[in-house]
Amino acid sequence: MYKIIKAEFIASNVKSFILEAPHIAKKRKAGQFIILRVHDKGERIPITIADSNTEEGWINIIVQGLGKTSVHLNTLETGDYLQDLVGPLGLPTHIENWGTLVCMSGGVGTAEALPIAAAGKAAGNRVISIIGARNKDLIIAEEQMAEVVEEVRISTDDGSAGRHGLVTDVLQDLIDEGITPDMIVAIGPLPMMAAVSNQTKEIGIPTMVSLNAIMVDGTGMCGACRATVGGKTVFVCVDGPEFDGHQVDFKELGSRQKMYKKQEEESHKCFLERQMKKVKAEQLKEEVVS
Amino acid sequence: MKRERPQSFNTVPMKERMIIPRQDMPEQDAGIRSANFLEVNLGLTPEQAVVEAQRCIECKSPTCMDGCPVNIKIPDFIQLICKEDFVGAAQKIKEDNSLPAICGRVCPQETQCEEVCVMGKRFEPVAIGRLERFVADYAMQHGNGSQETFDKPASSGQKVAIVGSGPAGLAVASDLIKEGHEVTVFEALHEFGGVLVYGIPEFRLPKSILREEVATLEAMGVKFVKNFIVGRTMTIQELMANEGYDAVFLGLGAGLPRFMNIPGENLNGVYSANEFLTRSNLMRGYDFPEWDTPLYRAKHAIIVGGGNTAMDAVRTAKRLGADEASIVYRRSEEEMPARNEEIHHAKEEGIKFMNLVNPIEFISDDQGSVVAAKCLRMELGEPDESGRRRPVPMEGSEFVMDVDMVVIAVGNGSNPLISQTTPEIETNKWGNIVADEDGRTSMDGVFAGGDIVSGGATVILAMGAGRKSAVAINEYLKAKVGSQA
Repeated sequence: MYKIIKAEFIASNVKSFILEAPHIAKKRKAGQFIILRVHDKGERIPITIADSNTEEGWINIIVQGLGKTSVHLNTLETGDYLQDLVGPLGLPTHIENWGTLVCMSGGVGTAEALPIAAAGKAAGNRVISIIGARNKDLIIAEEQMAEVVEEVRISTDDGSAGRHGLVTDVLQDLIDEGITPDMIVAIGPLPMMAAVSNQTKEIGIPTMVSLNAIMVDGTGMCGACRATVGGKTVFVCVDGPEFDGHQVDFKELGSRQKMYKKQEEESHKCFLERQMKKVKAEQLKEEVVS
Repeated sequence: MKRERPQSFNTVPMKERMIIPRQDMPEQDAGIRSANFLEVNLGLTPEQAVVEAQRCIECKSPTCMDGCPVNIKIPDFIQLICKEDFVGAAQKIKEDNSLPAICGRVCPQETQCEEVCVMGKRFEPVAIGRLERFVADYAMQHGNGSQETFDKPASSGQKVAIVGSGPAGLAVASDLIKEGHEVTVFEALHEFGGVLVYGIPEFRLPKSILREEVATLEAMGVKFVKNFIVGRTMTIQELMANEGYDAVFLGLGAGLPRFMNIPGENLNGVYSANEFLTRSNLMRGYDFPEWDTPLYRAKHAIIVGGGNTAMDAVRTAKRLGADEASIVYRRSEEEMPARNEEIHHAKEEGIKFMNLVNPIEFISDDQGSVVAAKCLRMELGEPDESGRRRPVPMEGSEFVMDVDMVVIAVGNGSNPLISQTTPEIETNKWGNIVADEDGRTSMDGVFAGGDIVSGGATVILAMGAGRKSAVAINEYLKAKVGSQA
């Protein structure tokens, strides 16, 4: 069992976990991920490591409650335990001094972009961050990002913070202002990474994306996470998770991510029903006691 | 070297032994079992086991032992069964094989011990596998054989790390703990057993049997660490330099599924056998949504391949409720690498065999899910490098069939994790670790065995390789102490 040292919501439906994991904390590098199971009948899900501390022996992950497992995970509190935790997995981000590095992130991807921005800065890059969200309540890690990079720019779909629009609009603004990125890292929902890659392919800026695929073992054994990059099949878990965005078949990956949509919904419904039963049972117990 | 013959306890006159029929193992009815995940074979009864053991004609120079990759003392344990000392028989097997309940179930005895059984020349061979399985199960139910006889040896003060808890790793652990070494097994997944837990289905090897075998090793003093990926969580160098391990054994298995590189292979509903079986076995996808991991329940599933893994996958698909679950194999049944027993069981369960057929493309609907397979019919040509006749496409034979799930079971390559993180260890062009006969790799103190060295093979061959490595590791550790003294 793996202890949750601290758990707190940092945005609507988004929870930050500090997990006791001394071995992983010691080894992990920017861009790598872990796989966890919430309980003894749980599925294995991959989550990118956002931060870690070698001395204190912990890692930090940021979880958005979307499906059954992430919603269940987000019910866990400080002092609870995870069933299983393994890592660090995947290849670390390739970092060099490109010149000007623009980190574009959406949703919880900002937490995952943070260590890459920091490593990019440490390598001597001028780093600019573009954070996108549906609305201002869903923006996370803005302050931490601001501490690391030269400038943070925000876009929201509804205009409640920053520029009204998408991260791709902000990138266009930057270019219009005469700032030409030498390298772009895009981390977030698949449509966002696809849109950025499309845009930068046209203008010829190298772009790295961090792919989130469905995984089981995470060590190359099963091939659940395969994607097509440059016309070749890759395993995201051992060949990635980061790839040249201009080479990725986003359409295929998009449909692969939806492979279990129906089962996901069924599983989520079962979970909610079980939770309701639990709550009702507790209420009943209280009534009987009083 | 001539072996001493074991004391005979067989009271049946020699001539009568030959007319005793080989004892059939009771099994679940095919119609019932094809809809559940419970074990197919039910095991011999004690009475049957004694009768079967009495069929042994006690050859002066028995050949059965030579047919066994770990040279189990087969004549000896058969005589103990005749004596009805079933626990003793299990202990006799455990002198050479630490996992008899597993090997009794998954070994291809018909091409090993039973193939060379002298009885088999004129009659049917003694059912050595069924007997092994029987005594192992009996010993498990009636006090554990190996724990009873195990006297903990004096500590050698030396530490061995075993990477991977599959058959090779478990065999090494069992042998080295008996030598007094401190043995730790590291496993990447959340359960121990490697391919025995993620690959082989419950209906062929119940997980409870495997857990029992692991528990026995634990009781003997082997430490088991799960969720630990050597190469990632800690490198081999770190294990040796920082954690004080004197030797390392790599029993990683051949864990990188091969695909066919044909169009449509990344469609939804197309699985590698590894993924399909892992979702079903390790993750208990067949109990979804009680268990969280989802799995396709197909109407018409095809499984591409003809090995034991393909049989496991097709029988799993059937049990998940497929109306039609078919094997698609590019050669004929004669060339199939799967065990006869598995093919036979599959047929009984209503599995369709489409031999001499090879898919060339998978076709999708507008959602990216597989809905059909385009195939060619094949005929057998001249023998290829494997000695089997090469399948050649028949001209104009292309046809399309509706399928809603495909499982690719055409073998495994080697996992790149260790070579990515430990370049010191030499690998060949297929990515397999290069090791000598005793498992020594190019890195001092590091040994390897099983599928990561040989490429995909069987449980018992991996165990055999593990046992050879255990001898070499033991010698290496002794020499190390000697040189330090």
